[in-house]
This record gives sequence, C-alpha cells and structure tokens, in this order.
Amino acid sequence: MNTREVLIMAASGLLLAGLACLPLADEGFWLTLGISLAGYVAMSTAWALFSGPTSYVSLATAAFFGTGAYVVVNLGETAPWPVVLVVAAVCGALLALLAGMATLRLTGVHFVIFTFGLAELIRQLVTWYQTNIGGAVGQYVFVDISSAQIYWQLLALCGLVFLAGWAINRSRLGLALRVIGDDETVAAHSGINTARVKLLLFCISGAFIAVVGAVLAPRWTYIEPSIAFNSMISFQVVIMALLGGSRRLWGPLVGVIPFTVLYELISGHFPNHTHLLLGTAFLLIVYFLPQGVAGRIEQLRLRRTHRETHAARSPATLGETAR
Amino acid sequence: MSNHLLLSIAGLTKVFGGLVAVNQISFDIQAGEVVGLLGPNGSGKTTLMNLISGALRPTQGSVTLEGRRLTGLPPHRIAATGVARTFQLVRVLPSLSALENVMVGAVFGPDQVSPGAARAVARSVLERVGLGGREHLHPAEMTYIDQKRIELARALAADPRILLLDEWLAGLNPTELQTGIELIRSLQAEGRTVLMVEHVMDAIRSLCDRCVVMSAGSKLAEGTPAEVLANPDVIRAYLGDDHA
Repeated sequence: MNTREVLIMAASGLLLAGLACLPLADEGFWLTLGISLAGYVAMSTAWALFSGPTSYVSLATAAFFGTGAYVVVNLGETAPWPVVLVVAAVCGALLALLAGMATLRLTGVHFVIFTFGLAELIRQLVTWYQTNIGGAVGQYVFVDISSAQIYWQLLALCGLVFLAGWAINRSRLGLALRVIGDDETVAAHSGINTARVKLLLFCISGAFIAVVGAVLAPRWTYIEPSIAFNSMISFQVVIMALLGGSRRLWGPLVGVIPFTVLYELISGHFPNHTHLLLGTAFLLIVYFLPQGVAGRIEQLRLRRTHRETHAARSPATLGETAR
Repeated sequence: MSNHLLLSIAGLTKVFGGLVAVNQISFDIQAGEVVGLLGPNGSGKTTLMNLISGALRPTQGSVTLEGRRLTGLPPHRIAATGVARTFQLVRVLPSLSALENVMVGAVFGPDQVSPGAARAVARSVLERVGLGGREHLHPAEMTYIDQKRIELARALAADPRILLLDEWLAGLNPTELQTGIELIRSLQAEGRTVLMVEHVMDAIRSLCDRCVVMSAGSKLAEGTPAEVLANPDVIRAYLGDDHA
C-alpha cells in the first residue's frame, strides 16, 4: 500500500464515520434518504464489481435482493440477526452460482434477457409456492430493528463492498476480469480460466446484493414476491451504475447520489408526472453523459493533463491542441 | 540445437460439417526449431494453429507436448503447459496499457508470476521487442507494428515452451518487415521453439529450419525451405499446373 492509498483509506474511514452520525441529527426524511442512498450505493457498486469490467449487463439484481429478503421472512424471527445476514449472503452466492453456470456461456443480449427471466421465474415460483403450499401470498416480518440500525448496517456494507472491490482490483482476479472484458479469446489463450473467474465474481456480487435485501426487508413489515422481486430494482441499479460509470470502483457512487436525489425531487414536487420527467432526465443524461459521470470526469482530467504537457512543450501550438 | 522432441502432432483432423479443414496432419517439432507452416489461403493453417492452442477441438488425432496430451483441453489449460500464441488479426487489449497487456502473459502463464513481479518481466520484454519507454501508452495510441509487438511481447512474457505465430509478419511495410525478421531471429538465437504460419517468402527462407506445406487441409510436403519451395507439388498448389 502506498501513501496515496493510505490517505484514501483514512479519508474514506472518516467519511463513513461522519455519515454514521446522521441518525443522531435526524430520524425522518434525511434518514430515509440516507437508507435509500446507502442501499443503492452498496447494490450498484456490488453490481459493477462483476458487470463493470466484464460488460455483462445483469438484470438479476432483483433475484438476489428478493432472496435476501425472503431469508429474513423465513429466519428473521428465529435466528440471531448476524446468522440471518450470513445465510442471506450464502443463498445469494449459491443462486449466483446456479444462474452463472447456466448463463455465463451466453454473451451480450442473451445474458441480459436470461438474467431478467431468472428474477421473474423466481418471483413466480415463490408466488406459486405460497398460494398452493404456503397458504398466503404475503407474509409479515417482525424483526426488532430500528431505522438507524438499518442505516448503519448498510453503511458498513458499503464499506465492505468498497474494500472487496479495492482488494479485487489489486489482485490477479481484477486483472483477469479486465482482460475478459476486453477479449475473452485472448483471456483464455493467456491462461485465464474465464468461466471460473466470471462465476466467482458473479457470486461475490450476488452475495452482497442479497445482504442488502436482507437488511432492508424489515423496513416493509409486509413482504410479498412482487415487492421483494420487483424488477424496478434491477433496472434502477443498472441505470445508476451506468450513469455513474461502471468501469471505476467509485463510478456507481457518483451515479446513485444524483439519481436518488433527482428521483426524490421529482416524485416529491411533481407526483403526477414523475415518470415523464424521469424519462426526460434519462434522455438528457444519455445524450450529454454517454460515458457516465466518472467517464466525463476522467475525460476532463485527461484533457487538462494533455493541455499542460503540450503547453510545456510548445506554447505556440496550444491553440490547436486545446480542442 | 538439441534433438529433443517437443511437440508432436499425429493424425490431426478437423471436420466442419462436410468440410475437412484439416486432414490427417502429422509432424514433429524439436526443441529450439523454427518451423514454418505454409500453404495457399484456405489450406487449413490457421485451423491447425487453433487446434494446437485449444481454440478448436480436433475431430480426430492428437497433439502432445513433451509427452503430455493436449488434445481436448480448454485453451487456458493448454496455455498453462507453455503454449503461447499470437493471432492472425492482431488482438491487443484496448483498455489496458502496453505494460499491462504484457503483464497478462506473465501473470496467467505457466509460471503464474505475481502481479508485482510481472511488471518487471513485462518491462524487460517490452524493451526486447523495441517498445522500451512506451510502457504506459494504450494500444490505440500505437501503430500497427507496435500493436503486433505488444502481442508478441505478451506471448513472450509467458516464457512459453512453444510460440505459435499466426502471420505475425503480415501487413508490415518493408522496413518494418526487416525489423520483424530480426526480432524473430533473435528469438531463434535464444533457443525458442516457434511454429509460424507465414506467407512472406524472405522470412521463411531466412528464418525457418524446416517447413510443413499444407494444401486443402492435407500435408503436401515437409523439409527445408529450399526443398519444399522447389517441390513440384508445392509449386502446383500455389501457382497451378503450368508452372510445375
């Protein structure tokens, strides 16, 4: 670890500690917004751990999220909370393993459609089970946990996801993923077991998302499959990660914040036109920020260093190179 | 040059539907040899390379590296035994810098070098292929021959037992071609074993110890470059009956 990394680590730790003080100041609107932000940051970043470098767009987020929520439905009142979270992580990873073995041979749009179908399939299965065997479609969740505790757990999870992403990026695994994202043929011929690498990352990503589902489940008190496996979750996570930029660890973070704030503003001030305005906002974003916020920032930075080096070399050509 | 059998290809056949792309090919490569694989377009050279590197599974026959059967193994397992290759159409990794491109060969190759140590390996290999000082450029900022150099460096960084070059010299201008030939000659001098698909006759004459000529999927001739290029069957395959 070099000094720069130590500084970033320390700053991130301080930032997390600062954010953790939020429930002391406000228990209402701001805490709700904080929970929403922390949950989406954790999910989008976890999503991008796999989908960013490989460019495999997964719409299975709702499947992992719902799996975590249903672990709470079934175990929440009997098992200790940490055990519930671990079981949720394991179930998320197992589901990713099964789905991954079936789908990771697929590429491009086929993978997108299959993962979307997977979430729908699980939702239908749970609904079928509950109507035919379980007796009722919805279930109540009574877990003794406060909003502040949920918020802190999500913050801690964000920290964990970032640590995991940082460790992966430094490891052989991170390099392998980038090679796979660029060219799978080259990856395989360089000695990378592409199937195993993709599967492993898909499992890590799925486990984190399942834990978010578990932590957020007690917020609803009443859970049914259409809430837990809501496909909007999958789409929002993709949109936020892409808005931020999925090729950098901090990319999704800078997508989640403007998106969530924008969503709150639009749905708060124009409740009848939310979807119309949100749609317009998307069009503008895609048009002006095709590379995401992170991509735009890097572009600007690159242009600046470019200009500086050129200026240092020959001030006369500055006018041409600046554009 | 030692007389030690490195790669052995026996009865290798690949059938695509009704087309026999590679038909009962057999030949051996000794350690330290540079062997040319020649033949008109569509004669099955690249398919043969793909069968050796594991990109394709053979219909019949076997590939053996130092007694170890490679047939049917997936490409990453074959790479781990020390087979490295370049591609007919250059394949560099666009989002990685030149240095990172080359590190990949060392990190995931047979020696599984740690990322830290692989940096040093990559630096020295880049220096070797003439890209010293340009480690941090991305492939998009480089010329065609430099991208080919990166690809060769990536293969070399794995420290392979055998290097498969699929038309590595194609598409270079005359000056670049001389540089390219010198580079391969230096590999030969350090004792590397190379199997190269090539159309450039100057390169074949000056580099290859031995050549295998294919036509319509079958082996037509085998011998020194002078022998095979004088062979009437080979001339017929390339130029037609009138010239034989």
